[in-house]
Amino acid sequence: MTNILHNLSLAIVLLPLIGGLIAGLFGKRIGIRGAHWVTIIPVGLSFFLSVLLAKFVIIDGQSYNGVIYTWAVSGSFHFDVGFLIDNLTALMMLIVTFVSFMVHIYSVGYMQGDKGYQRFFSYISVFTFAMLMLVTANNFLQLFFGWEGVGLVSYLLIGFWYNREAANFGSLKAFLVNRVGDFGFILAISGILNYFGTVDYAQVFAQVPALAKAHTMISIFPGAQWSVITVICILLFIGAMGKSAQMPLHVWLPESMEGPTPISALIHAATMVTAGVFMVARMSPIFAFSQTALSMVLVIGAAGALFTGLVAIVQTDIKRVVAYSTLSQLGYMIAALGASAYSAGIFHLMTHACFKALLFLSAGSVIIAMHHDQDMRNMGNLKKYMPITYVCFLIGALALAAIPPFSGFYSKDAIIEAIHAATVPGAKFAYVCVLLGSFVTALYIFRAFFYTFHTKERMDEKLRSELKESSWVVCLPLILLAIPSVIIGALLVKPMLFSQHTILSKAVFMLPGQDVLKKIAIDFHGAFAMTLHSIKTLPFWFAVSGIFVAWLSYIALPQLPSILTKRFAWIYQILQDKYGFDDFNQLVFVRGCQRLAKACYLVGDKKILDHGLVNGSGRLVVWASAIGRKLQTGYLYHYAFAMIIGLLAILIWLVF
Amino acid sequence: MTFQLPNFIPAIPEMFLFVMTMLVLLVELFHSPRFKNLGYYLAQLTLLGALILTIKFYAFQSVVTFHGSYILDHAACLLKIFIFASSFFVLIYTKDYIKENHLPQTEYYVLTLLIVLGMSVLVSAYSMITVYLGLELLSLPLYAMIAFKRDSGLCAEAAMKYFIMGAVASGILLYGISMLYGATQSLVISAVAEKIASASLANNLLITFGLVFVFAGVMFKLGAVPFHMWVPDVYQGSPNAVTLFIASATKLAAFGLTVRLLIDTFHVLHPIWQHVAMVIAILSMGIGNFVAIIQTNFKRMLAYSSIAHMGYLLLGLIAGTEAGYGAAMFYMVIYVIMSLGAFGLLVILSRSGYEVENISDLKGLHTRNPWLAFLMLLVMFSMAGIPPSAGFFAKISVLEALVSAHLVWLAALALIFAIIGVYYYIRVVKTMYFDTAEDESKIVIYGVGKQVAISVNCLSVLALGILPTGLFNLCILAFK
Repeated sequence: MTNILHNLSLAIVLLPLIGGLIAGLFGKRIGIRGAHWVTIIPVGLSFFLSVLLAKFVIIDGQSYNGVIYTWAVSGSFHFDVGFLIDNLTALMMLIVTFVSFMVHIYSVGYMQGDKGYQRFFSYISVFTFAMLMLVTANNFLQLFFGWEGVGLVSYLLIGFWYNREAANFGSLKAFLVNRVGDFGFILAISGILNYFGTVDYAQVFAQVPALAKAHTMISIFPGAQWSVITVICILLFIGAMGKSAQMPLHVWLPESMEGPTPISALIHAATMVTAGVFMVARMSPIFAFSQTALSMVLVIGAAGALFTGLVAIVQTDIKRVVAYSTLSQLGYMIAALGASAYSAGIFHLMTHACFKALLFLSAGSVIIAMHHDQDMRNMGNLKKYMPITYVCFLIGALALAAIPPFSGFYSKDAIIEAIHAATVPGAKFAYVCVLLGSFVTALYIFRAFFYTFHTKERMDEKLRSELKESSWVVCLPLILLAIPSVIIGALLVKPMLFSQHTILSKAVFMLPGQDVLKKIAIDFHGAFAMTLHSIKTLPFWFAVSGIFVAWLSYIALPQLPSILTKRFAWIYQILQDKYGFDDFNQLVFVRGCQRLAKACYLVGDKKILDHGLVNGSGRLVVWASAIGRKLQTGYLYHYAFAMIIGLLAILIWLVF
Repeated sequence: MTFQLPNFIPAIPEMFLFVMTMLVLLVELFHSPRFKNLGYYLAQLTLLGALILTIKFYAFQSVVTFHGSYILDHAACLLKIFIFASSFFVLIYTKDYIKENHLPQTEYYVLTLLIVLGMSVLVSAYSMITVYLGLELLSLPLYAMIAFKRDSGLCAEAAMKYFIMGAVASGILLYGISMLYGATQSLVISAVAEKIASASLANNLLITFGLVFVFAGVMFKLGAVPFHMWVPDVYQGSPNAVTLFIASATKLAAFGLTVRLLIDTFHVLHPIWQHVAMVIAILSMGIGNFVAIIQTNFKRMLAYSSIAHMGYLLLGLIAGTEAGYGAAMFYMVIYVIMSLGAFGLLVILSRSGYEVENISDLKGLHTRNPWLAFLMLLVMFSMAGIPPSAGFFAKISVLEALVSAHLVWLAALALIFAIIGVYYYIRVVKTMYFDTAEDESKIVIYGVGKQVAISVNCLSVLALGILPTGLFNLCILAFK
């Protein structure tokens, strides 16, 4: 059985790589059709194999943890490529390959006629490979490999249209901000290697309790003692903040929307950005021992959930609305992790992957119809022209707004309840944030919905005459994503969250008393009861009122938004400026770095390094080589003489 | 006294080689001119056969035969495999070169096979006499080969220099061996080593003398400072096809010599020769890297680079642990692969009557033949020790052995020399990619086999850098 799992996971991981390499290296030779077939088929196969794997792992209860290849051994440190296949991994593999498969198909329509068609397919297949490496890792080094791999492909894809300035800016920004997060991450791995002497998950996790018991301290600044576990957790979480776009490292995600829309769906909504959530869940055996770190995770996540959601209300670019909504939903997931409701976080990751990919791809479908105009002020009443997209977007919006019985309701409701029940410091604040967040979520997504599909037609005459529903390659993935967006929540809420042995119960670790989901499970009497009961709960009414306000301000009283904008101009301005994060970064970090770099260049580089060290050592080397060359006279007797002298010297040295 | 038939199995590849060499010699005398490349194919067949036989009779346990004068162990098998394989590649690269330059073909293949036979005997030698036999069987045909272009003064000079210096070195080595025989009354390596190990002999002056002379002989073959003077002249003077051979396969034989004489015989005296080896390593890395910088001739530059590489290899020996010896062997194998690639590219780029040998000849290679330029780039990066190439791992492994032998200062020094060395490797890359050639015409290489071989050769440098574990473990195993 282990053999089957081993081979199966190896195939799942490697198939997309092979497809990607073929499309990348021989793209010109195999042509456009070749490029999409050679990537879609392996990814599709990967998906079906993942289903099979999920059956073996989740239903039959198998698991696998083994080394595939030992990359290097240095002293007592082993650096391996290995797989850890358990329920969490199987679930993530399923999500990744499913969304990737959908996006591959969708891209055939979206990327039609693009110059970089083959390059695009090659990138997304390689991305799938890197993401799978990340989730299947059984050690920190491979996790880091996948982590950087997805980061690299994300960078390449944001800057996919490399002759657009905004795309280049966005890709650089994403790369640099992620560097900040990765810095924390790599420090965390170093710390783990230092204190545990291994990078293997199982070995590290086994040692954590002992280390926590010993209260090992580390002194980062003289005089201040920190618990090692807390430091490692916080550093790990800084990594997660970068990748999962948590405040204040979230600034790159809206900018990443400069990439093609399928990328936004695949990388910047469904998979890569959730890597941080996955990582923290995977590291639960470490996080469990640091209350401080959990509290920080909770507060940062919840604050992000509310505040980035608010910004979404004032965006006019349809993709940016969805992007900010992603930030806000990631905040929910992270907050769930902070409350030790790992299952709820992963559950929301899963439902979110479906409905957010759906929303993005629907937005993409709208963008195709609008001839790549993304401004909602130029849209309106699109439901008349694009009925399929309309329904799909509506499903996505309802799921996002957590309206029962759509999937988002079950996962988000669980998160809110879990945070309500949590006792970690900061839980009260977090509860208020996520509760208000549910109102804001419904408001911004239905604002976008009404603005785009209802209200009056604001596009010009020429465009209107060309408006039509997108082709089947675009619509098929929409429909295939819409189905799970509706049903997956109700289907999985019990096995994921509230049964005796939940799917993730073996994969995540909680100390006694931390399991908040167990606490709220008492009130759970099946998915149907939960749906009915929702009418009596606060989050539901918050969401409904959000939709109502959106309806009020864009359908019933269209003049309301402009009045409010004028009345509360300062709030509007703050939201428009996105709380000033971008300006602050631009002013302090970008300008500051430029100044510093210039100073370093003039003084350090030109004067000291170039003139002193480089040219100086260059002169020294040339001088030394000239002397060395003189020794090589070309005369045979000189050569023989050198040998004899050498021999004599050794003789004298050793004998006397 | 009864006569027992010795165990022939350990020497099967050598016997096969010998018989086939004679066959090639005879066939070339009588075959009709219609089969033009018969000699080439027979020679390749011989090498392949020897390779297969070696793998077939791979000795997981050491086997000693011929009254203790011949051994087949891990190290011997591994070295033989690489000797046969690299000679196989050499012949692929040089086939057209020999023809275009009107060099005598038959002689070339016969001499090559004889040299391979000599190398093969040398790495399996387990008595001083066998060592010497192998060494001379390797050297004599090589002298002849270097002087192949009879009308070229440079070739004749190189051959003459190598011959005389080689004779001196052989004399030194023989003298050392005779002193060892005097001290231990034995020629079989295991017996000599045993006698040396016994305490009463450890301080024996005669043995120290023997050690110094043998050591000098070995260093000459490796081409380490101050026994290196022949290296640049021979590398530069020989025809490209011969340089390719000297720089690749024979280095493995030189390492075989090192294994038999320094490690098998003198491991006990390691603390004594360790310090001498340190000085020689530092001098080799220093002089090799520094002088390589001002060379304009590519072959001469690579000659100095080989001197520097031998310095790094010595670091593994200096560490004196199993891991150190294994790392040295790994380093040698990787060096041979890189060297084979670099000189192989030179041979391939040399067209009839035109030897590519100056660095400036590579100008604009990137536009003239991008693939070959890329392969050269891989080899240069690997020689410079830039990750993820095999050269990086080779350097790391010897340095690691040094550090675990508590010689951090030496490792640091070696790193500094390595950084200096990066300069001249990168200069080659810069010349290929950023300088424009006077002649912009494309360079077309004919012959699929050659191209596949060189691609495999150079890409393996990358592959072994990413997946070095298998080969590395084999090398370590050789000294367990």
